[in-house]
Amino acid sequence: MRPAALHRLDWLARSASPVAISLLLVILGMVPLQIPDVTPVIPAWALIAVYYWSVHRPDLMPIWAVFIIGLVQDLLGGGYPGVGILALLLVHQFVASQRRTFARASFQLLWLIFALIAAAAVALMWLLNCLLQQQLLEVDPALFQYLTTLAVYPCLAWLFAQAQRSFLS
Amino acid sequence: MNRRAGSVARLATPVKAWGQRFALLLLISAAVGLMVLGKADVALVERARTTLADGVAPILEVASQPVVAFNGMVEHAHQLLALTAENKILREQNRRLEHWQMVARRLEAENKALRKVLNVTAEPAVAYATARVIGDQGGAFVRSVLVNAGQTDGVLRGQAALTSEGLAGRVAESGQRTARVLLITDMNSRIPVFVGESRERAVLAGDNTAQPHLVYLGRQAQLAPGERVVTSGHGGVFPPGLPIGTVASLADGTVRVQPFVDWSTMEYLRLANYELPGVLSDFHEGAEQARGAR
Repeated sequence: MRPAALHRLDWLARSASPVAISLLLVILGMVPLQIPDVTPVIPAWALIAVYYWSVHRPDLMPIWAVFIIGLVQDLLGGGYPGVGILALLLVHQFVASQRRTFARASFQLLWLIFALIAAAAVALMWLLNCLLQQQLLEVDPALFQYLTTLAVYPCLAWLFAQAQRSFLS
Repeated sequence: MNRRAGSVARLATPVKAWGQRFALLLLISAAVGLMVLGKADVALVERARTTLADGVAPILEVASQPVVAFNGMVEHAHQLLALTAENKILREQNRRLEHWQMVARRLEAENKALRKVLNVTAEPAVAYATARVIGDQGGAFVRSVLVNAGQTDGVLRGQAALTSEGLAGRVAESGQRTARVLLITDMNSRIPVFVGESRERAVLAGDNTAQPHLVYLGRQAQLAPGERVVTSGHGGVFPPGLPIGTVASLADGTVRVQPFVDWSTMEYLRLANYELPGVLSDFHEGAEQARGAR
């Protein structure tokens, strides 16, 4: 292979890493941990991944990739397909519309904004599930999942930042 | 040159923005369409699910190995620490079980003799497939797990999924190598049951909490905490008598059931095929004959 082709392949692999990492996270998030009571509150990995990469490398997290991540998450998750996709698409769109604010934001501010966006996303998913199920669902599981998602955000953001530094700078 | 590039950019920016907006609308419509399809329970969605699960299964199998190994180690250490105490308990239990075995043998013989007298046809044989739980579909809205056995192992939709403790759920979808088991705690799970000694009929309905509740319970039903809940076999999905759990609480008219299955240690599931086609037709024929003979 010519060096130019190799170079291009390398570039492609690096550019695909945010989407690949997000997909891998969605799949690995399903590994049974066999820790009591942890399953219902497992964080919404895709939400964190899509938010982080939409903020930091929007060019490498296109909207169709967000759709695919949501699709994989919903199909594997066993719930109603489309619910998670819709939430992720709206998160992505919101971040894209406020790009200037995000470009200058500190980590703390990003976390705070994530708290608000994730709350809206979880609320939307809860509402859609209620509609599709045609009954009022308990709020607690969604609330606890929201809290764990919020709590793991800094760790995951740090890991993503390491990946960004090593693959994409 | 510069001016031309500028005009291209001026033209390209709105086109790009329009394209992005179009893509967003298209994908949002697709998501909504998927919701409708999913609600309508279309075969296409099920196929997509099982195909994806089959594809992801190898990754999950590999990824769950360290967890299994780690848990094994922790358990081993625990066992070493509690060896003496456990031995004592097991000896005690063994003595009790030996007694029960004796009782069971006697009852089995008696049962067999009585069946012979009454000309009752034999229960259908059961084929088991044992599968490892490779995916735990966590989250706030679904209670289901992915197991590494599918149609090639004879696992089909509707089969009962059991642990050694009791009923865990039923197979909701089965792919080639994987199957999704809807747990009895999921809000879509409805299982006809008998409750207690009086064998009150009811339906066990999951609601995504750890303790599913009973619906369609007779108004005169007198229940107490601790009474056993078993499958009734109505509806023909499960055979009667599979243990599910015990009545946990009776607060505000809602009867909640504590399942026997310990969800956190659920590593393997037995998928029981009670509806072997050959056996089932034999069973029906047998039943017809018995009816004819009467």
